[in-house]
Amino acid sequence: MNDVDQTMTDGPRGTASEPVATKALCTFWLAGLCFGVDVLDVQEVIRSQDVTVVPLAPPVMVGLMNLRGQIITACDLRRRLGLGERGPDQLPVNVVVRTPEGPMSLLVDRIGAVIAVDPRAFETPPSTVAGVARDLIVGAYKLDDHLLLELDTSRVIAQMVTSG
Amino acid sequence: MDDGFDEVIAEFLVESYENIDRLDQDLLALEGNPEDPSTLASAFRTVHTIKGTCGFLGYGRLERVTHVGENLLSQIRDGKLRLDSSRATALLAMVDAVRAMLTEIEASGTDGEEPYDDLVEFLTALKEPDSLSQAVAADLDEPLEVDEIAPLGSLLVAAGAAIPGDIALALTEQGFGDSRPIGKILIDHGVVEDVDVDRAVFQQQMGETARSSISESNIRVDVGVLDQLMNLVGELVLSRNNIMQHVGATSEPAIIAASQQLHMITGELQECVMKTRMQPIGSVWSKFTRVVRDLSNQCGKQVRIEMEGEDTELDKTILEAIKDPLTHVMRNTVDHGIETPEVRAAAGKPTEGVLHLRAFHEGGQVIIHIADDGAGIDASKVMAKAVSQGLVSEADAAAMSEREAVNLIFSPGFSTAESVTNVSGRGVGMDVVKTNIERIGGTVDVETQLGSGTTLTIRIPLTLAIVPAVMVESAGERYAIPQIEVQELVRLDREHAIASIEMLHNAPVYRLRGDLLPLVYLRDQFGHEPIDDESAITIAVVVTDGRSWGLVVDGVSSTEEIVVKPLGSLMRSIHAFSGATIRGDGRIALILDTAGIARHAQVVATAKAVLNEFGSATTEQAGATSKVLVVARGEERLGIDLTKVDRLEQFDPDLVEHSDHFDVIQYRDGILPLVSLSPGTPPSGGRLVTIVFDRGNSLVGLVVDRIIDIVEAPLGLNLEGPRGSIIVRDRVTEMLDIDASLSPAAVWVGRNLTEVGV
Repeated sequence: MNDVDQTMTDGPRGTASEPVATKALCTFWLAGLCFGVDVLDVQEVIRSQDVTVVPLAPPVMVGLMNLRGQIITACDLRRRLGLGERGPDQLPVNVVVRTPEGPMSLLVDRIGAVIAVDPRAFETPPSTVAGVARDLIVGAYKLDDHLLLELDTSRVIAQMVTSG
Repeated sequence: MDDGFDEVIAEFLVESYENIDRLDQDLLALEGNPEDPSTLASAFRTVHTIKGTCGFLGYGRLERVTHVGENLLSQIRDGKLRLDSSRATALLAMVDAVRAMLTEIEASGTDGEEPYDDLVEFLTALKEPDSLSQAVAADLDEPLEVDEIAPLGSLLVAAGAAIPGDIALALTEQGFGDSRPIGKILIDHGVVEDVDVDRAVFQQQMGETARSSISESNIRVDVGVLDQLMNLVGELVLSRNNIMQHVGATSEPAIIAASQQLHMITGELQECVMKTRMQPIGSVWSKFTRVVRDLSNQCGKQVRIEMEGEDTELDKTILEAIKDPLTHVMRNTVDHGIETPEVRAAAGKPTEGVLHLRAFHEGGQVIIHIADDGAGIDASKVMAKAVSQGLVSEADAAAMSEREAVNLIFSPGFSTAESVTNVSGRGVGMDVVKTNIERIGGTVDVETQLGSGTTLTIRIPLTLAIVPAVMVESAGERYAIPQIEVQELVRLDREHAIASIEMLHNAPVYRLRGDLLPLVYLRDQFGHEPIDDESAITIAVVVTDGRSWGLVVDGVSSTEEIVVKPLGSLMRSIHAFSGATIRGDGRIALILDTAGIARHAQVVATAKAVLNEFGSATTEQAGATSKVLVVARGEERLGIDLTKVDRLEQFDPDLVEHSDHFDVIQYRDGILPLVSLSPGTPPSGGRLVTIVFDRGNSLVGLVVDRIIDIVEAPLGLNLEGPRGSIIVRDRVTEMLDIDASLSPAAVWVGRNLTEVGV
């Protein structure tokens, strides 16, 4: 939470050499890949929580979480993107995103910084990304040392049932 | 427009909508009772209020329409005009116009472009007096309520128009059976003038008005605020549960006392908040008077609507949820249920059909009966239709009880196509009613009597937000089942469970007081490992679509008040859950949707296939029984309907002769063909135990190994095999398919009929 706040203030200043319309992405890591969602979609980031498993739910829906008295659905982004299973000792982090139907948690491996991206560094999804993930990725930003893949939150959430 | 003015308009709209609804009802009430002074006064006042306010707010068109309406009403109120049906229709049209304009104001801030010239003209024309004197005479004929509010007599005395002696005399006359109202008696005696009586009657009305106005003790509250309050109380209940759980572990007296106080206050608060959301069901029903009036006019039918228990209270959200389904039922009833006056007259019924609404509380539920005295539902027609529409297979249909067949009207897509009208197009119809009611945890049931009417029974919970629930355990997880759905809980230790759960056509059943209860294992449904052989199990007996079935869980932990929270849209597609709740320890428990599980497990369908006869017998005809003959075939037991049996005989095997490749025996001056239940086995004890059946054109003997018993079985069983089964001495006994078993003999009978007949 803290480093998110910090980078939120630091980030834009770092790249704001020109007044280009930029947007900030909340980044996180999944199976060694760096992904990001629009920071404005993110409500909060919280540590691993107890999850109540919902029988019969598709595997991508990990279960239900009690977020301060509100019941929210947790989805495993690894499963959603077909990136394999997380190691047994690896606790996921919850990225709680706002959706038209209320908050929802996306389980990721590790949270990254909030990065202000420069639209000039944007490219459509690289061909290295295959399968489901390709539909959900808006595009990639070329950062200094790696690619940042931007996810479309609404698309991630929609069709969740069918992708199950 | 500044905010202050907006607020005034908002308030005007809220008030006017309310007023206009009341006006609707008043006018309809007046149609039945055109001279009722208090209703007339109320209708007049309503129109007057709307007219006054909209004039002030500058809604000219609205004012113009209400103005002519007011004029007409004032004439009627003063007894100068009668409220006949054309005037009532005109006034109702005015109500609709006003409503349309109010909607327009709400949407655009103006009262629209429509001048309603026709309506204004019409209303003005109707203001012409018709038979004035007649109206006045009618006014006086109407019995005036003497004992209500201030008695008319004392008002007359107070006005100085009469002396107490005259009143006493008139009252005495009434006491001796004079049916005339007191005012009329006094006028006839010549002790008072007509005008004095009129004035006193008016005074009386005003008194009543004053009494019914309770505005001082009421305030308007936004429903949103109430909803929020409800949510907060829900949270409070959860926190309370949480605290109570921790308190259980402490022995500090102060904390225990304080928490008990908290427990109590929370409970009361919950009740109070719940009460604020309660509304009488009459607030929804009142609209039906209009719906039914308009519809019956449209369909050329005469329908009277009767209501009982209008003040039965329900949570507002539930009221909202049942409004549309109920309206749909009203339309259906008027359109399909009640016959045209000619048909009714031909059937010897009064031409006016009656639609009776009744609501009452029972066992934490609200029950709504919608009864009509119409044509009823023809089960065979419904069944034929359902088969032709492919909703049920012919075989299933044949096995259905009449009650089940009638319930087919709730199947999705069911439509009695021959009767599609613009009033109720059907196609989507009663199934929507059913799903809507079920969505709020209610049930719908229909009972019908061909020719004399249909009764629809709707059961709904009082409230949705906080419900008592049974917490059950399965595979280490806890689930909640709303208590209202649980009929009973049966705990079985392992030994008992193994002994008493039988497999019938691959479906597990448990015998509950003689009834076969199909079982569904929750672990099975959720893909969990079956429970180990040592543990006890618990059966939660629930009812779906009128059939009991058992949900097998590992155990029951407690009953709790749970706050129902909806599931996210992603989880909503899972059939097994209706919601979730947060428990005292902060963990989440899923709420089981027993109807969904039943559908998914097809327990109802299975129950039908396996227990069709039995199920219907126990639910509908419990008590009545018929005799079943139980015979042995090797180790197997078979049941035979005793009513089909002609005689039981024992024959000497030596008397058996052969004819046309058949075993026959001379019997009662004829030849009896014999069929063996287990061919090839020698008769026990040297005698042929034979059951003689009368097959209409001949007798046929069925040779069995042994007759075991004659037992009583519930009547109404389809005692023909192969599917029927009963329980005899704790064993499931299949019924013998008599036709199939005797079919070999039919060949012989066919060929030798003439000889038998001789």
